[in-house]
Amino acid sequence: MRGYLGKTMKAVAVLALTTGVARAEGSVEVLHWWTSGGEAAALNVLKQDLQKEGISWKDMPVAGGGGEQAMTVLRARVTAGDPPTAVQMLGYDILDWAKQGVLANLDAVAKKDNWDAVVPDAIKKFSKYDGHWIAVPVDVHSTNWVWANKHVLDSLGIAQPKTWDDFIAAMQKVKDAGKIALAMGGQPWQEATMFDGVVLSVGGPEFYKKAFIDLDPAALGGPQMVEAFKRMGQLRSFVDPNFSGRDWNLASAMVIKGDAAFQMMGDWAKGEFLRANQKPGVDFECFRTPGTEGDVTFNSDQFVMFKVGKAQQPAQDAMAEAVMSPAFQSSFNVVKGSVPARTDVPDTAFDACGKMAMAQLKAADKNGTLLGSMAHGHANPAAVKNAIYDVVTANFNGQYSAEQAAKELVKAVALAQ
Amino acid sequence: MARSTAIDMRTRLQEWIPKIVLAPSVATTLIFVYGFILFTVYLSFTNSKILPTYGWVGWHNYWRLFQLPMWSVALENLAIFASLYIAICIAIGLGLAIFLDQKIRGEGMLRPIFLYPMALSFIVTGTAWKWLLDPGIGIEHTLHLWGWTSFHFTWIKDSNYAIYCVVLAAVWQTSGFVMAMFLAGLRGIDNEILKAAQMDGASNWNLYRRIIIPQLRPAFLSAFVILAHLAIKSYDLVVALTGGGPGWATQLPATFMYSYTFTRNEMGVGASSAVIMLMMIAAIMIPYLYAELKEPK
Repeated sequence: MRGYLGKTMKAVAVLALTTGVARAEGSVEVLHWWTSGGEAAALNVLKQDLQKEGISWKDMPVAGGGGEQAMTVLRARVTAGDPPTAVQMLGYDILDWAKQGVLANLDAVAKKDNWDAVVPDAIKKFSKYDGHWIAVPVDVHSTNWVWANKHVLDSLGIAQPKTWDDFIAAMQKVKDAGKIALAMGGQPWQEATMFDGVVLSVGGPEFYKKAFIDLDPAALGGPQMVEAFKRMGQLRSFVDPNFSGRDWNLASAMVIKGDAAFQMMGDWAKGEFLRANQKPGVDFECFRTPGTEGDVTFNSDQFVMFKVGKAQQPAQDAMAEAVMSPAFQSSFNVVKGSVPARTDVPDTAFDACGKMAMAQLKAADKNGTLLGSMAHGHANPAAVKNAIYDVVTANFNGQYSAEQAAKELVKAVALAQ
Repeated sequence: MARSTAIDMRTRLQEWIPKIVLAPSVATTLIFVYGFILFTVYLSFTNSKILPTYGWVGWHNYWRLFQLPMWSVALENLAIFASLYIAICIAIGLGLAIFLDQKIRGEGMLRPIFLYPMALSFIVTGTAWKWLLDPGIGIEHTLHLWGWTSFHFTWIKDSNYAIYCVVLAAVWQTSGFVMAMFLAGLRGIDNEILKAAQMDGASNWNLYRRIIIPQLRPAFLSAFVILAHLAIKSYDLVVALTGGGPGWATQLPATFMYSYTFTRNEMGVGASSAVIMLMMIAAIMIPYLYAELKEPK
């Protein structure tokens, strides 16, 4: 009798569970901060893909470019035990969340579609935790880019600079001609974005890795770092006096309008150029920070999947699969201005700069020169990153000399660990 | 008999109703203000990073806090900002109040004009002043267009002077409010005393210096306490006006606390800075409350 009752109870429980799955299959809730025009359009592609599979999309946009507000919302949701299905996130933040034990396991889908073979190792470092897939990379941006107004360069007879000294000479020429040489916005993250490229240009990938990823005090305070800060000082002299606090897209606009010649910014800047109907190679040029050819400092937006219970899991898996499909990776990244996170996507739909970036990403992955961007939280945790920001911005705004900055950098990094 | 119990019930109800009505707000205040203050104090002794965790680390967060150059900059800025802000607001507020008290025409119109900035939020004030002070679009640009091209006013872009821009905007915002407080104080002074003093031949200057201003002591005290706590918790103005920059030249303890707790995943250090801020406010408020509560006896 007892056994019988137990069995029926079990059967009822199983039935309840399965019907639960069938009912809830159709929805994912996604927390993100892609609210600006181009980004929202790119995300719409994913929304439509999922709708075709019968999965409805509960949008949870939290505006604010860097995602600070979004993270505050996420903290509240997770603490309340009600996390969203997927959250847009970057770099070490993902691993910080993984450590809290609140993320889902995507190994089954990953194995089925063989993600391990197509995603570069450097990116996998953030998509996997403890050997398990926890997130799906949507795009790859890189930070060591220079954007230039080709008309300005042509009118002054400046060729694309290949070395750092060429670059400085070119900027001097622009400055002498009465234009702003370097368009930039004085916000800590923008200064740090330039610093990525500058450090790489001084010491190459080994030095970059030692300083920012291994956080070796000898590299952080060494003569090469002093040289990097000196180069930041050189760049400072080519910036207009009114730079502080300016947003990055306004700096891009200065280059587009021809008021300024160069901008050192990640490839999200390309979107601004394209939206202003500028053509790569005709109106503007894209090239790697002089002296960093062949190296790529990347940051990659990922959808981090949270533990949502059995009922929601099929929808979550379907979303992860849709994000990783080559067709979506191509169409999304064409719109967003970044490159696909898997290396086997055909580059036919991309523009000249995009094709170049895809080839460079593949090569850098093979040569081991694909490095996480310090400025965008892919080289070290948020606490260390911000400690480096503090020193870089204090140096750029004249509070620290180059030697002093290197010394402070060692101290600040040690204190943040 | 029946009537007396009804009255009894009524008086008892009258006794209880205020307590019942107040109970929810007392409970919520206890939990959401004092409970969370205790929680924050507790967090400041833990190794909390991205979410609250409960590993005890003793005074380590405080030790780290006082090693951070940004925290010392924040404290220095607070000292500059608070002292100038309080002093200038009181001086301007008192001056305006005395002028308005001369029975001038149009006082009814002038008073709201001076008081109006207080109706704006600090975010609006900060954004408006950011544009005014920006050399590219604000005052400097306008004067250049008018032909005064040698004029330079780039404080907001200069690490050494940007904090004074914060003072400027904050003073503009609150001095009208301080004026209103002093004006109320001035109106409360007994006219008989003033007449008596005038009959004794006191000059206007002496009248103010020896009789009126000393009588404004309570107004001074209230103004000081209100301005001091506004200064310590001031956050939105800095965020809107300078974003803490250039570099981190205008960070204040409040902006420091937010950035460490919510953007740097250093909740422990953020909590310890919040505790220090609480202690600063307590150092001002407790003597004030003590004096206030003692006086009526």
